[in-house]
Amino acid sequence: MAAGVATWLPFARAAAVGWLPLAQQPLPPAPGVKASRGDEVLVVNVSGRRFETWKNTLDRYPDTLLGSSEKEFFYDADSGEYFFDRDPDMFRHVLNFYRTGRLHCPRQECIQAFDEELAFYGLVPELVGDCCLEEYRDRKKENAERLAEDEEAEQAGDGPILPAGSSLRQRLWRAFENPHTSTAALVFYYVTGFFIAVSVIANVVETIPCRGPTRRPPREQPCGDRFPLAFFCMDTACVLIFTGEYLLRLFAAPSRCRFLRSVMSLIDVVAILPYYIGLFVPKNEDVSGAFVTLRVFRVFRIFKFSRHSQGLRILGYTLKSCASELGFLLFSLTMAIIIFATVMFYAEKGTNKTNFTSIPAAFWYTIVTMTTLGYGDMVPSTIAGKIFGSICSLSGVLVIALPVPVIVSNFSRIYHQNQRADKRRAQQKVRLARIRLAKSGTTNAFLQYKQNGGLEDSGSGEEQALCVRNRSAFEQQHHHLLHCLEKTTCHEFTDELTFSETLGAVSLGGRTSRSTSVSSQPVGPGSLLSSCCPRRAKRRAIRLANSTASVSRGSMQELDTLAGLRRSPAPQSRSSLNAKPHDSLDLNCESRDFVAAIISIPTPPANTPDESQPSSPGGSGRASSTVRNSSLGTPCLLPETVKISSL
Amino acid sequence: MHDCARGFSLSPACCSLLENPTAVLPEDSVEDELEMATVRHRPEALELLEAQSKFTKKELQILYRGFKNECPSGVVNEETFKEIYSQFFPQGDSTTYAHFLFNAFDTDHNGAVSFEDFIKGLSILLRGTVQEKLNWAFNLYDINKDGYITKEEMLDIMKAIYDMMGKCTYPVLKEDAPRQHVETFFQKMDKNKDGVVTIDEFIESCQKDENIMRSMQLFENVI
Repeated sequence: MAAGVATWLPFARAAAVGWLPLAQQPLPPAPGVKASRGDEVLVVNVSGRRFETWKNTLDRYPDTLLGSSEKEFFYDADSGEYFFDRDPDMFRHVLNFYRTGRLHCPRQECIQAFDEELAFYGLVPELVGDCCLEEYRDRKKENAERLAEDEEAEQAGDGPILPAGSSLRQRLWRAFENPHTSTAALVFYYVTGFFIAVSVIANVVETIPCRGPTRRPPREQPCGDRFPLAFFCMDTACVLIFTGEYLLRLFAAPSRCRFLRSVMSLIDVVAILPYYIGLFVPKNEDVSGAFVTLRVFRVFRIFKFSRHSQGLRILGYTLKSCASELGFLLFSLTMAIIIFATVMFYAEKGTNKTNFTSIPAAFWYTIVTMTTLGYGDMVPSTIAGKIFGSICSLSGVLVIALPVPVIVSNFSRIYHQNQRADKRRAQQKVRLARIRLAKSGTTNAFLQYKQNGGLEDSGSGEEQALCVRNRSAFEQQHHHLLHCLEKTTCHEFTDELTFSETLGAVSLGGRTSRSTSVSSQPVGPGSLLSSCCPRRAKRRAIRLANSTASVSRGSMQELDTLAGLRRSPAPQSRSSLNAKPHDSLDLNCESRDFVAAIISIPTPPANTPDESQPSSPGGSGRASSTVRNSSLGTPCLLPETVKISSL
Repeated sequence: MHDCARGFSLSPACCSLLENPTAVLPEDSVEDELEMATVRHRPEALELLEAQSKFTKKELQILYRGFKNECPSGVVNEETFKEIYSQFFPQGDSTTYAHFLFNAFDTDHNGAVSFEDFIKGLSILLRGTVQEKLNWAFNLYDINKDGYITKEEMLDIMKAIYDMMGKCTYPVLKEDAPRQHVETFFQKMDKNKDGVVTIDEFIESCQKDENIMRSMQLFENVI
């Protein structure tokens, strides 16, 4: 750990006196030392709260903001203190890190805010001490997951307008996956749903016995045999629709191989295949048995409903995720069944006219008893049989009850996750609408300002003066800035409507809401446009204008949240940046926990130190004695070695 | 120092024995834990230390603050010592040398290095005369503290030093390098060729060696 290293270094160097008599060659001269070795108290003023500490304390970690010369940027000569305009509560933890060497994670603070503070002060998140590390990681992961869900929701439930230039395929696929995006897709969705229902009901009704109008023949027939043509027509219609749908999906799928392998497409295939097989199979007695079996598969059409029902999908997903629990259940049940069946068989063997004719025959009894069904078709008659039968039913309850709570909790968790996602999606729409409104307000203000000729400035009338007065200094400067930008790019700002009119399919609405932090991001969805540069520059300018313009408006927080969401979670830490030049010299410190540092201590006599520099960067990959921090410390560099070891 | 506590998890980071400086560390870790909770070592008064050592008050203050921060209990025992030292030499194995060094610092041989021991040693190493430094070095090499450095003792020391280098050296470390080095050393130091080096031979030979004399000034400004 760097603190330990820094403090004990003088001792280690002093102990090197022990090598002196053994040295066969002259040792290199010591590095120059800073003049002031005295200790002084520094005052760090964080938003009004004063923290005082020894300079040495901060110097322990020279790779951070407070430990390096970077803090001089924050030095206020008038008051003689270092002023930081940050959260003083968080700073307490940062300072404690310098003092104790352990970074603790505050429980009541938001983990994102904590991360930001760490990034500001140049501390790597890995420095969080073991006591708090687990919780820190958990909370971070939770946050990241939630943000990822947000992003996914944003992308999935996207704005109603597709990027221009998307092919028919893409549009079709979108329509299939998100039926609510267009009316046609919705209609298609409901039509297929209706036909699935019709098909399933027809299958069911087919088998009901219905009495014909004439009593000859008096025996009852299933409806399917009475009205074969009607049912056949209905079946054909459904299968045609299903086939059409399947082929369309196949055509629209972005990755056909993946689509073919997906579960839903398999269900589709299984749903329509029996019909076609039935068409081509001749109606003779041999095959008709098999043909009848095939018709059973028509019931799989009911699974097509899972595209329409989210709950069904969740159920399927739950079962998949609980596969191990289900497997355990099955396995333990099988074991119990075999054991009890054997026991019952031998217990009842003596009785004549017993139902327990063989062990497999006893399986049925065991299953019925263990699941507490108790049909009563097989009943033990001996006393031993009854005893074991009761044990069997008791144990059955236990065995089945065990994995069930696990499955239930899994289902509940996934269900709630979905609920949350849906709710967030709904809220997202409202939020986006509000943001869009705010932004257009700003742009309109700017455009209004331009229209009023306020930018010309040369003059004049009272109306202009009035208009100017109505805006705050901030707005003035802001508008001036936008104007400068316009002049620079030789393009002008317009509002959304005009722009979307001019560009047709491209809409700014969805895009600007996605534009990230105020710093412009020139490359983005604009690259989808094959239009010429001026247009792209214009869009860029507008996006910039919108994003910068919106900052000045009220719903700044909304935008900030949106921007904050998109900002990459990984903090840019100084340590990681500083570590780069040293990595090349790092011979065996591979683990991410270690950052090697070079310290100028005289190399042991076995080396051949012939450079005048104290630290021998080492020809041919040999590193001078390196210091490794056993716990993720930042590298401990003595100031004098910084210049030397910068290769 | 957190390596103190972390290095051996609750076990005697602090030694129990400050009341009884000559006692040996108890083997029972339960007792140690109990004692760790109650006993802390407090160093002598600042003025006394200043008189005893060659450091200024300010230097002592700085040193003690660092020491106390790393070892809140006030003492360092051998395990911690080894850990600390190994941080400086990650490539090789510095435990043997750290062991010898610990014995050299632990002048009263109570199994723990207190702040006084620490200061005493540093005072000699950094502010002492050449004679004192050579004396200290001799004490380091003389493992059994009998006043003579034998070839075996020297070999142990040499091997310990070479161990700190680790495997990756240039040129490649040979098996007999320590032994050869010991031979060279004895040739230089052992004037009467009786197979051992006494303190006088040692000091005399060192004072004759210009390199060594020059290097003695190297570490004056460490603090």
